[in-house]
Amino acid sequence: MEKITVVDGVAVPLERAQVDTDQIIPAEFLKRVTKTGFDDALFFAWRQDPDFVLNDPAFASGTVLVAGPDFGTGSSREHAVWALRDYGFRAVISPRFGDIFRGNSGKQGLLAAQVTEDAVETMWRLIREKPGIPASVDLVSKTVTVGEFTAPFEIDDYTRWRLLEGLDDIALTLRDESSITRFENARQSWRPLTLPAQ
Amino acid sequence: MAKALGRTLAEKVWDDHVVVRGEDGAPDLLYIDLHLIHEVTSPQAFDGLRMAGRPVRRPDLTIATEDHNTPTLNITKQIADPVSRIQIETLRRNCEEFGVRLHPLGDVEQGIVHVVGPQLGLTMPGITVVCGDSHTSTHGAFGAMAFGIGTSEVEHVLATQTLPLTPFKTMAITVEGELRDGVTAKDIILAVIAKIGTGGGQGYVLEYRGSAIRALSMEGRMTICNMSIEAGARAGMVAPDQTTYDYLKGRPHAPKGADWDAAIAYWNTLPTDEDAVFDAEVFLDANELEPFVTWGTNPGQGVLLSDAIPAPESFDDPNEQASARRALEYMDLAAGTRMKDIRVDAVFMGSCTNSRIEDLRAFASVIKGKKKADGVRVMVVPGSARVRLEAEAEGIDKIVEEFGAEWRFAGCSMCLGMNPDQLAPGERCASTSNRNFEGRQGKGGRTHLVSPLVAAATAVRGTLSGPWDLEGLDGRMPETAVGAGAAAQVGNDLRTQGGTR
Repeated sequence: MEKITVVDGVAVPLERAQVDTDQIIPAEFLKRVTKTGFDDALFFAWRQDPDFVLNDPAFASGTVLVAGPDFGTGSSREHAVWALRDYGFRAVISPRFGDIFRGNSGKQGLLAAQVTEDAVETMWRLIREKPGIPASVDLVSKTVTVGEFTAPFEIDDYTRWRLLEGLDDIALTLRDESSITRFENARQSWRPLTLPAQ
Repeated sequence: MAKALGRTLAEKVWDDHVVVRGEDGAPDLLYIDLHLIHEVTSPQAFDGLRMAGRPVRRPDLTIATEDHNTPTLNITKQIADPVSRIQIETLRRNCEEFGVRLHPLGDVEQGIVHVVGPQLGLTMPGITVVCGDSHTSTHGAFGAMAFGIGTSEVEHVLATQTLPLTPFKTMAITVEGELRDGVTAKDIILAVIAKIGTGGGQGYVLEYRGSAIRALSMEGRMTICNMSIEAGARAGMVAPDQTTYDYLKGRPHAPKGADWDAAIAYWNTLPTDEDAVFDAEVFLDANELEPFVTWGTNPGQGVLLSDAIPAPESFDDPNEQASARRALEYMDLAAGTRMKDIRVDAVFMGSCTNSRIEDLRAFASVIKGKKKADGVRVMVVPGSARVRLEAEAEGIDKIVEEFGAEWRFAGCSMCLGMNPDQLAPGERCASTSNRNFEGRQGKGGRTHLVSPLVAAATAVRGTLSGPWDLEGLDGRMPETAVGAGAAAQVGNDLRTQGGTR
C-alpha cells in the first residue's frame, strides 16, 4: 500500500445524512469478481439526476468528499470503498461513519476523517460560496483545510500509523504467527470444525 | 480491559479470543472460530491470497454457501444472468482450489449463510464468527461474538484466522415485560432502532437482555441480533441459556458426549456478571409494544402500525428533517397518512431476518384458508433448502400456494434483488427483510419493513395490516397464530439428517 501523508484537491459537498452503502454502490454492481473498475457505479442511482453534485462540472476532479453524519452505514460491501477510490476520491469527511465502512476504508487507503457536524456545515457553506475551492486533508497533523478554514479530525491511531507507513495488514499479523499457532494448540475440542473429523 | 468489576458477556467472549493484546493504542489480535463465506464478498479475497501465494490457514474453520445471487426458481437450470453465473462459478473454483467446504445451489444445506450456520450447529455460544456480510450479527443470538467484515478482512481471516480489532464498547438493551399476541421479535428490534437511531449503536456491541428477550425462541433472538447493524452496531448478543442449549443439542456440528458437557460448563460462565457495567443502557417496555412498521428509507424511520407518518418538522435534528423529507418524496407518501391506509403491490416473506421455520409457521398461520388480495404479488422464500423441506413436511407450501402466493427455493432473493427477484420502479412492498434503503429491492422500489405476521395480514388485505385487522376476528389473533414465545421446537428427525456434501 502507498504511504499517505496529505490528500490535496477539490472538495465535493454531499449534503445528505445517512448515506448507506446501497446508495454508494447498488447491489447490481456487486456481481463482479474484480476489485477495480467501479467508478461508473459510484452513487449510480443518484447520478441519474442531472442536478446531483457529481454531475456538476465544478466538481469533476473531486478528491475529498464532504458528507453528512452516518456515512457508509448498512451493508459491509467493500465495493463502496473501491467505487469511491476508483472515481478519484482519496478522503471522505463526515461527522460519523458506519463502523464497517470505516474499517474497509482504512484497509484500502481511503482516508475516513471524522470531524464535528459544525465543521461539516461550515465546509458545505464555503464550498457552496466558491465551488472548486481547494481542500487538503493532512494525516500528519490530523487537520482538514477548506480554503482558509481548518478543523481537526479524528482517526484511530493504529489506522493512521498504518496509512502513514503504507503497511500491509496481513504481513503485520503474520509477524505474530507463532502466537496464533500457540493459541490454536490450546483451542478446546468442543469448538466448531466445519470439516468432518478425520 | 483492567476492570475492577465483573465483565459483560461480550467482554468475556472477547477476552477468551485475544491472541496478542494490543499495546499503546494498537488493536488486539482476535482469533476467529468460524468464518462463513458466500459468493459476493469473497472472490477478490481469494484473488489476494493467490497473488501473495498464501493458503487458507484453516479450511476446517471455514464454510461456504451460495445465497445472494442464486435464483429461487428453476434452480436445476443454468443461471441465466451471465455475471451472476460467473460469480457463483468463481466461488466453486475457489473453494475447490483452497479446500473449503461448499454447499452449492441444489444441496440440502444450501441457503442464506446466516440460516445455514445455526442450522448445522456450527454457530454456538462463546465463539467468534465473521462473514463478509453485515448481517453476521445474527449469530450473536447464541452468545457468540459475531460481526460483518469487508473483503480485505475476509482475506485477512482466510490467511491468518485472526483480525486486528479495537474492543467494542458495550450497550445493554433491556426489554422487560411480556409481548402481546401478535407482537414479535421483529417489532422489538424495529422499535429499538427507531429509539436509538441508525447510528446509535456505532462502536458498540449490543447485549439484548430482560424477560422479554429470555422468553424468545432462538429464531426470535436471531431476528433481533440480525438487525443490530441497522442500529449501527456491528454485533448484537443474547446470553446463552436452556433455550439456546435445547436448540443446539443434536445438530450435526454441535459438541457431543464429553465435549457437550465441557461446553455447557463453559457456556454457563458466559452471562454478564451482576456487577458488570455497560458503557450505555437502553430500556424498552415489552408490554407497550405493538406491531412496528417503517415509513421511510432507513430502518430507523418507523412507527407503530396503528400510527400515522410523522411530519418531518417533528424531528429536532435538521439532518433528520431533511432525511425525512427526502424519504417521503422517494416513498411517494405524505406526512399524516395512516400506515394502515397504505396499499402495497407486493409482499416479500423471507431474508436472513425472517425466513426460518418459525417465521414461515407464523406467516402460514395467518393466511391459512384465505386468498391473497387481488393485484398483490406475494413471494415466500425459505431461508435454506432444509427450512424449505421442513416447511413442506408440515404442509406450509400447500397453504402458501392455496393462498395464491409463490413458494420459492432458498436464498437472499428480494431482500436485495441481486437475483431476478426484484420490485419494478414505483412498486411498494411489505417486506420481512432488514433494509428499506432506496432501491434496495429493485430500482425505484419502495419498501416497508414488517414482521411475518404483519406481512401475512397485509397480503390478505392489500393494505398494511396486523392480524387483528382480519375480518371475523373482532380484534383477536387467529387461534393458529404463533406468538413470540409459543413456537414449537424444530423436529429432531430433519436436523440430524445428512450434513456434508
